[in-house]
Amino acid sequence: MAAPSPLPPAFDAWFSSRGWSVRPHQLALLKEARAGRSTLLVAPTGAGKTLAGFLPSLVELAERGRGDEGGLHTLYISPLKALAVDIARNLEAPVREMALPISIETRTGDTSAAKRARQIQRPPDILLTTPEQLALLVSHRDAAPFFASLRRIVLDELHALVTSKRGDLLALDLARLKTLAPQVSAVGLSATVREPADLQLYLGGATTPAGLVTVAGGAKPRIGILDTARKLPIAGHTTLHAMAEVYEAIRSHKLTLVFVNTRMQAEFAFQALWNLNDDNLPIALHHGSLDAQQRRKVEAAMAEGRLKAVVCTATLDLGIDWGDVDLVVNLGAPKGASRLIQRIGRSNHRMDEPSEALLVPSNRFELLECRAALEAVHEAAQDTPPPRLGALDVLAQHVLGVACSDGFEADALYEEVRTASPYAELAREDFDAVVNFVATGGYALKSYERFAKLRQDKAGLWRASHARVIQQYRMNVGTIVEAAMLKVRLGRARAGKAGQPGIITRGGRILGEIEEYFAETMVAGDTFIFAGEVLRFEGIVENEAVCSRAAAGTDPKIPSYDGGKFPLSTFLAARVRAMLASPDLWHTLPEEVSSWLHAQKLKSRLPKPGELLVETFPRGGRFFLVAYPFEGRLAHQTLGMLLTRRLERARMRPLGFVCNDYGMACWALGDITAAIARGALDLDELFAQDMLGDDLEAWMAESALMKRTFRSCAIIGGLIERRFPGQEKSGRQVTISTDLVYDVLRRHEPDHILLKAARADAATGLLDIRRLGEMLTRISGRIVHQPLDHVSPLGVSVMLEIGREAVYGEAADEILAEAEAMLTEEAMA
Amino acid sequence: MNVAATVAVSRIAPAFMLGRLAALPDISGALWLPDERTLVVADLHLEKGSAYAARGVFLPPYDSAATLATLAAAIARHAPARIIALGDSFHDGGAETRINAADLAALRRLQAGRDWLWVTGNHDPQISGTMGGDTAATIMLSGVTLRHEPDAAEKGFEIAGHLHPAAKVRMRGRALRRRSFAISGRRCVMPAMGAYAGGLNLRDAAFRPLLGVGFSAHMLGDARLFRIDPRLLLPD
Repeated sequence: MAAPSPLPPAFDAWFSSRGWSVRPHQLALLKEARAGRSTLLVAPTGAGKTLAGFLPSLVELAERGRGDEGGLHTLYISPLKALAVDIARNLEAPVREMALPISIETRTGDTSAAKRARQIQRPPDILLTTPEQLALLVSHRDAAPFFASLRRIVLDELHALVTSKRGDLLALDLARLKTLAPQVSAVGLSATVREPADLQLYLGGATTPAGLVTVAGGAKPRIGILDTARKLPIAGHTTLHAMAEVYEAIRSHKLTLVFVNTRMQAEFAFQALWNLNDDNLPIALHHGSLDAQQRRKVEAAMAEGRLKAVVCTATLDLGIDWGDVDLVVNLGAPKGASRLIQRIGRSNHRMDEPSEALLVPSNRFELLECRAALEAVHEAAQDTPPPRLGALDVLAQHVLGVACSDGFEADALYEEVRTASPYAELAREDFDAVVNFVATGGYALKSYERFAKLRQDKAGLWRASHARVIQQYRMNVGTIVEAAMLKVRLGRARAGKAGQPGIITRGGRILGEIEEYFAETMVAGDTFIFAGEVLRFEGIVENEAVCSRAAAGTDPKIPSYDGGKFPLSTFLAARVRAMLASPDLWHTLPEEVSSWLHAQKLKSRLPKPGELLVETFPRGGRFFLVAYPFEGRLAHQTLGMLLTRRLERARMRPLGFVCNDYGMACWALGDITAAIARGALDLDELFAQDMLGDDLEAWMAESALMKRTFRSCAIIGGLIERRFPGQEKSGRQVTISTDLVYDVLRRHEPDHILLKAARADAATGLLDIRRLGEMLTRISGRIVHQPLDHVSPLGVSVMLEIGREAVYGEAADEILAEAEAMLTEEAMA
Repeated sequence: MNVAATVAVSRIAPAFMLGRLAALPDISGALWLPDERTLVVADLHLEKGSAYAARGVFLPPYDSAATLATLAAAIARHAPARIIALGDSFHDGGAETRINAADLAALRRLQAGRDWLWVTGNHDPQISGTMGGDTAATIMLSGVTLRHEPDAAEKGFEIAGHLHPAAKVRMRGRALRRRSFAISGRRCVMPAMGAYAGGLNLRDAAFRPLLGVGFSAHMLGDARLFRIDPRLLLPD
């Protein structure tokens, strides 16, 4: 006799009408939810994750019966607004078909004020929203009654949410929800991750981990590395050599997603494919800097099957189901195994059929990296990053949010915050420092008490002191700090007369936006690709980058690669190092790559795993030092900054350095090889871990990257307000410069909580100091030095980054002295 | 050569002439007029931090202390008989009610034993008596007019502030933006000394009618000033 169905009859009927049967993991989640337990569901794409997540809610709401207005029942949180809207659409089908009395609504930045107000008064049964909107709801005056009835929380794409400050904010809001609605249980939906236990803690709370339901992977994906008929370049990131082959692959498939790592690469690949597009295939472009309306058009065309290929960035990484993709192409190296698995999952959403993917390395190092990633995918090895320590600037934002709703008692909020797993280890003194920071700035000099944003009421509850404070909070909520953007406008420059700056005229149309820091790296005359054409940079006028169209046939001079976005994962780096150290495996590599490695072995040497190879050689009247730590571009950049400082002190007169994901090269006027030979320079000392002490402190004082990190903490923490479009009209100089604030704070209160937050960010963010530190420990006493007469085969790959990417250590006066030396007679007059 | 003397000299740029008045830019952003034994400073913007704090933006409350320390160092270098603060010395009218006792005492100590002239600016059209010193709208000194806001119609020689000039150059792939003096044949526009005072790029249109062609930028470095050809200056 068959066991009675755990589902209401309407659901059984609906499943059979679709020819489906309910899956075991869907039932498992139902059972856990009925027992009031939180559960993490780890499943590959196509396993019916979304339905599994919502099934308990739908069943409960169906059983509740018609006309029973019980308030908000289920809250769904997605990292993307578009995903929330997409899921709402997908949920409406079964609800309609089963005629269930369930209301489903979304709440995003696009929701009208009237609808938001109505949602607070009369909430839907199921509300779909984003972490930022949740933070706003939690800080609402009526948060307590609004959430009192909440029973289920569904967190989608949890693996993607938890790796950032957004994840910290969400964890704090989850902890809050558990206080406001003690009966609530959560379901987390995740792709395969390395340590599900981390996510279980995140979901259930630091002391009450959620249960785990795992669905085994479907068919193994078919992944190939493009075996190009053309020569694989030694360096570079454009994959231009392979575009004809990529085009052929697009032609022979129904719908191809071409993933790249940066917006600039997307532009480049898109243009290259259209240059080859004799068949006029419908190939589209999708990246974050494009106008939102333009992106919606591309997404709609994809869903309707009107496109043949889309060139896209991480904006399409997450689980939106846009259409019937049958091939995923990854241009350039994937940088991480888990990211690759995610991307491949975009192809073929039925889990029992294999996905098909093609990896296209852009140079020889990347071929090694693709090979390492491929092996990782076949072993289902993951390199998702370790769990975060909750950021203090995010905590500050949350504290203000809670003060804006019902107020808080410090002891109780501290206990609540520590149930959020990223903050489980939060020290009470840091918590108190954060509360003081929010209330009055938290300075040792207590001069802002009378302007306090938080005050304790008679009952000892901390509350926002003023309606204006609440308004400020609501304008500044969120953890995503956009880089300042400049509009790209067509115009031209007229050369100035002697001694007079040229005059730039504007008046052409606006093509889009670029990051301010990218524009600042260019000088007039530089050429780059934007919106599918080659532009000549003329200059920045107010908040616009003025550019003219370059003459036909001009090659863009600025490499469009922005490697900073995804540094090579530690996990893949270790595999690439192991590959270098195993010559017996090289025969499986393409001929030109294995002969490149053999040449390196012959002319220089290859480091054993754990060793750091350092080569020195003369070239063009200068002396080079090339090291191969394989720790990713960010850590190498910090290493380069610190090494040039040390070489300067050793009187080697360093001139600059370059780096990529694999190595770092710096050059000097002093003979480095000779200095090592006569004992004047010691490599072990040069790479000693104490460079992370005083040298790092001295560099951080003026580092532009550190200042950028501080700015982001200052905005998230609520020290200064976000700039909104239109506010900059009066000129960029008017707003307070966080660089000036950083200088003053660093000098007068170096232990301030916001500097502590910025240093914590620097450890893992743009400066990647933690990874550099781990590397210095790993290679300590294991540096192998190879003096050479000229550059080695491996070295060429790093040296070819020389050009636009060169960075000089940040000694400001050296730069100014050089500018001063260019003083001319006319100016003296 | 005396080492200490070398260091002291390097913090001061060579003199330039405004008519018959010799002037030396100091690394602090002050201008030293040796013949008058007068030190000119511009745009101190004292209590800018607390002005923001009153609106709920809690900038570190150390800007007045930092600015006064910069000023004190310049005073120690030159031992002036007279200080002229060229306007916008206080960020707003409420500064006197917010400045803390230690900073006020530091200001009064700097004033002791010398003449102190507050030139009024758009941020501080009136100076409270608690701040000591005397107040003036413009000052004439050896044929040079000293005023807060530069006047393009000025036919004579002029020293002014108000615009917060900053200069940007780019060398070896690195852009640097620093506070800067802008010095032409008959005019000197001084950089702001206030710790939280931002800068306006010298390529901004506001400078064009004031400086003409043959001006030079004296950028404030870490250890000394640098004289930069205007053709090397970049817009932001």
